[in-house]
Amino acid sequence: MKPAATDKPANSTSSRPRRRRALSLFAIGEPWIWLTHAALILCVAMIVCLVALVIYQGAQTFIPRPVAAMTLLDGTSVLGEVSRSESHRPTELAVREQCGDAFFAEGTARLGALGGESQRDLLRIGNYEITGEHFRWISSYIVRAESRPADVVVLERMTWGRFYGTPKSFQIGERTEASGSDAAWKAFQSHHDACRARFEVRRRLERVELGAVNHAMEDARRTVRRAELAGDHDELVRVKHEKSLRMLDLESEATALRSRITAIDKENESYVLMMVVAGGNEVPIKVADVVRAYQPNRLSLADKLSILGSRWGEFLIDEPREANSEGGVWPAIFGTVVMTLLMSLAVVPIGVLAALYLREYAKAGAITSAVRIAVNNLAGVPSIVFGVFGLGFFCYTVGAGIDTLFFPEKLPSPTFGTGGILWSALTLALMTLPVVIVATEEALAAVPSSMREGSYACGASKWQTIWRIVLPKAMPGIMTGTILAMARGAGEVAPLMLVGAVKLAPDLPIDGIFPYFHLERSFMHLGFHVYDLGFQSPNSEAAKPMVYTTTLLLIVVIVTLNLAAIRIRTVLRRKFAGAQF
Amino acid sequence: MSNTNEPKTAMMAAVGLSPDPGAAAIRGPEIHASLEREEAVLEVDCFSLWYGTARALWDVSMRIPRGKVTALIGPSGCGKSTLLRSVNRLNDLIDSVRIEGDMRLNGDSIYDRAVDVIELRKRMGMVFQKSNPFPMSIYENVVYSLRIDGVTDRRTLDEVCERSLRGAAIWDEVKDRLHSSGLSLSGGQQQRLCIARAIAAEPEVLLMDEPCSALDPIATGRVEDLIADLKGSYTVLMVTHNMQQASRTSDYTAFMYLGRLVEFGPTDDIFMRPHRKETEDYVSGRFG
Repeated sequence: MKPAATDKPANSTSSRPRRRRALSLFAIGEPWIWLTHAALILCVAMIVCLVALVIYQGAQTFIPRPVAAMTLLDGTSVLGEVSRSESHRPTELAVREQCGDAFFAEGTARLGALGGESQRDLLRIGNYEITGEHFRWISSYIVRAESRPADVVVLERMTWGRFYGTPKSFQIGERTEASGSDAAWKAFQSHHDACRARFEVRRRLERVELGAVNHAMEDARRTVRRAELAGDHDELVRVKHEKSLRMLDLESEATALRSRITAIDKENESYVLMMVVAGGNEVPIKVADVVRAYQPNRLSLADKLSILGSRWGEFLIDEPREANSEGGVWPAIFGTVVMTLLMSLAVVPIGVLAALYLREYAKAGAITSAVRIAVNNLAGVPSIVFGVFGLGFFCYTVGAGIDTLFFPEKLPSPTFGTGGILWSALTLALMTLPVVIVATEEALAAVPSSMREGSYACGASKWQTIWRIVLPKAMPGIMTGTILAMARGAGEVAPLMLVGAVKLAPDLPIDGIFPYFHLERSFMHLGFHVYDLGFQSPNSEAAKPMVYTTTLLLIVVIVTLNLAAIRIRTVLRRKFAGAQF
Repeated sequence: MSNTNEPKTAMMAAVGLSPDPGAAAIRGPEIHASLEREEAVLEVDCFSLWYGTARALWDVSMRIPRGKVTALIGPSGCGKSTLLRSVNRLNDLIDSVRIEGDMRLNGDSIYDRAVDVIELRKRMGMVFQKSNPFPMSIYENVVYSLRIDGVTDRRTLDEVCERSLRGAAIWDEVKDRLHSSGLSLSGGQQQRLCIARAIAAEPEVLLMDEPCSALDPIATGRVEDLIADLKGSYTVLMVTHNMQQASRTSDYTAFMYLGRLVEFGPTDDIFMRPHRKETEDYVSGRFG
């Protein structure tokens, strides 16, 4: 049978019927499908690369590396961890500078033997109080001998960074407990934990107990100041008398605490490890100052893992030290999470109520459209602008007002009149408001009108319908908005720099001192911490791996927060969905 | 029953000014005599409705008998759903709607200015074309109208829930899972759940807007049986597309066409001995 299209109509005067063109490749759409594939692959590749880089760089920060002892051309010796290597072609000038005039000829000859190209290693040499630098580049052509001495010890200290050396003797007070590198190391290990435990007690005494006493004293001082401001003379005399008695009590309490602290310090100071550094000098190290010590060239895999775990543990739950480049980021994790939760607490109710009014009550018209456009445009405002607004409005206007009203006794030092976690949360809430409003409006619009009508037909008022039917049904959509807002808010840094995130704030915004929530306090934030490590650290080489590690942590925290919110949404969805027909 | 507009429209037709294509309605509705004997629970009095400028109902007047099932039939767009939704003033939700005339529920005006719409709706129940259980448990779905009245007494709620679910012939199927989601039921069960919800508040009139059109024949059969059971205890006003359904379940049938009531009488008469030719054409399937 012939296809109808080619049949010539019997009584048609026209020539042949139009033959349809065969489908081209473009009409089928094959190239466009490839294009969409390519776009998707590009997106996925970028994300994978980003995550892979952060994980690769971040995960190896805490792995302990072997320590090399190098003897240079001029006879000096260097001890340190090789943190990275590269190859270079030193110029004649550089050779002269590195070798000095005396060894210039030998250096040139050695470099020549290598074909003019030499490897150079970045050695973490530590011992900052002696060397004045944390890192040093060593070109391999000026290294006469390199070894990995087994008895080298790495000490991570509370101050001055790492220390590389060989133990010589261990002293308690004037008495030498052990001498010789192995004996001293053993003695150190047996006393280290006790010293650290005493140090922790001391830290708790100073931070918590002395802190509480200081807080109470500050309180008493403020009560007197308040009475002064009130201007009632008799009352002032009474308060002054009462508080001076209280102050005496507190002073004696503080003195007792201080003497306990001094006693601990004194005891800890008697434990000293004498170390020999690369140059041959002896340096005394206080045992209590040492956070972690290990013999890097003698580590088994289990030891390495335990050091890795211990470093990660410290990183997660401890406070930062050494200008944030060492120690932990616990205050930053805590600050990030608390700030994000506060922000969600502020933005969700306001956003949902605003969207409810816009969608359910406001009469559709020019004003509603204008408001909607304005809200949507808020999403496009650069975040730093919100920071400026937050500083000007929340800190300097609202906060200053609160200070004059409720904390006049502390003035002129501000309480709420400066950056703090509450103002940060509110600033970010403002910034993420459009996300919540738009998502909520869409969720409300998606509630089928049949449900509303069913509710009205049961005699429900508009508010009852919204509260009992529309909002529960829209809840998963609202949660989606919340998740997006949290994701945006938790990762934001720029506005926080203006309204409360600081470099170091060991006092957490929630603690055991009344009233427990200190929303006026400034706080640490992981995002800001990354910036601070990357750009503000005096020890940039040591801080660089920490940038990646902190970034990794920030990503993990945000993903965790989002997963929690997604989990809540799933539960809500299961509760309200079921099988629909 | 007299139609006050009849002389006017007749006159307009006489001078060639047909006001609408519904030429059949010019003579006014045909109300069968047997309806005069019934006590009316709902009286529709010369009711007209406009969506913006488009008129959807033309001077509809009818009296819905108490304790009986009344079916509204007619081709799509004839205004039967609009009329039904006017009874509990759901059309108020549409901004452009304008009405004239009035309705009375047990003698109380529905469209009077002083009427509280919410109080009014509490006196009626409504079942929609597409089942619309609320996003909550079966139990909460049924007692919804009590909840919004602020009833918290557990015993009352339990009692109403069981009675309504039994009334809607779904108790046995759901009694063991009263606290699972109302949306987890099958389509037919959902619709019976909606009927249970509608009768929970003991409405004076039960409005049903094509309650079976989204159901399969078996579920339809169950809902129809249920409507037959409700007869006597409730007054049912039902819109249906399905003429077999109207003839099976209803006591009275009203035929509407192009926004007008054409004929209203006992179901048997409407289907077997219609007075109007249009009715006969429609029920015999010649148009519609």
